[in-house]
Amino acid sequence: MATDKQTKIRTKTQDGVTDVLVLVSHPMETGLRVDPKTKEKVPPHFIQKMSFFLDGKEVASSDLGTAVAKDPLIGIKLKGAKPGAKLKVTWSDNKGESASEETTIS
Amino acid sequence: MKKIFLFMAVLGVFAATSPAAMADPATDLKNFQAYFKKKFPTVPFDEYANGFYVLPGMGTYREQWMLYNEFPPLELGLAIGKKIWETPFKNGKTFASCFKNGGKNIAQGYPYWDDATQKIRTAEMDLMDCARKNEANLSFLTADLGKDQGPRVQLAELTAYFYSLSQGQRIKIDVSSPGAIKAYEEGKKYWWQRRGQLNFACANCHMDLAGKNFGGNQPLSAALGHTTAWPAQRLEWGRIETIHFRYMTCNSQIRAKSQKHGSEIYNDLQFYETYMSSGLPLTAPAMRN
Repeated sequence: MATDKQTKIRTKTQDGVTDVLVLVSHPMETGLRVDPKTKEKVPPHFIQKMSFFLDGKEVASSDLGTAVAKDPLIGIKLKGAKPGAKLKVTWSDNKGESASEETTIS
Repeated sequence: MKKIFLFMAVLGVFAATSPAAMADPATDLKNFQAYFKKKFPTVPFDEYANGFYVLPGMGTYREQWMLYNEFPPLELGLAIGKKIWETPFKNGKTFASCFKNGGKNIAQGYPYWDDATQKIRTAEMDLMDCARKNEANLSFLTADLGKDQGPRVQLAELTAYFYSLSQGQRIKIDVSSPGAIKAYEEGKKYWWQRRGQLNFACANCHMDLAGKNFGGNQPLSAALGHTTAWPAQRLEWGRIETIHFRYMTCNSQIRAKSQKHGSEIYNDLQFYETYMSSGLPLTAPAMRN
């Protein structure tokens, strides 16, 4: 399912270790919050799975839940990623929305 | 009878000379900036553009700030602002067509005194007028900006992108015309006047108590460099907001009545504050606590 949410990736390599940061604009609703106007609970809406692929091979995956804050910033460290390698990040949430973003490691 | 006339004439002379006796903006500016130089002698002038993080004793806050500046969440809002800026209106023009130099490197002159309308003009006002002139259908044109968060944030994001085009430019405000001086004096009065149940003036917290904590957990910024970062994203809010919204929340924090978003007095205050930060580079949009 298409999404209007932004996914941004930033990488930084130092001493052979690549720092990967992923910023997603996502409401991360837990389902427990009450809308102050309608007095009804806001339905849950959160990212469940985020995976990282280096040149098509999965290098990391994480299960996220309601404990993660709004507009989450997720970071991983990669060892031995070569400059010019393609890094792909995909995520999907409980409403079936998903997105993927690609970047080249510098 | 003659005496009364003479008396009135003397009064008239006094009334005429008293404005000249007031300090002019340039002297005010010198005193204002000298105050902070004396208060925080170790802080270089340009650093004030980075908010309270540079003040002595704020090292922990500064470290955190540097960390989240690696990938600041305001980039999400800024990207939305950029999209609005670049999306053409129905007539094919974009926001850039309304501004000199395509909107680049001009924000350091905002807000400015407009002789035609005899009012202070902020960047938000110019952006909104531009959208109106080109018959754009944007929600912030009709919404009550003080109450409706969605449209206000959209306007803040657009303004943030406008300011980002002028990043690093040094603030230069023109206060030469008589109208500008009048607005300046209004803003100055608001800045120094005590208000609210806690009976604070803006100057109490942001000059006398600058660099200290308010109520334990609210670090107080120095007034110098206040406007350079706005529209800014506060961690507490998690979204980009306009400077007028910050003024509103500031007023309610000292239990005072907030003025309307976009009201003239806030424009004057912004004018005064920005003039007092003359010479500092623009850092907007930035992250703030």
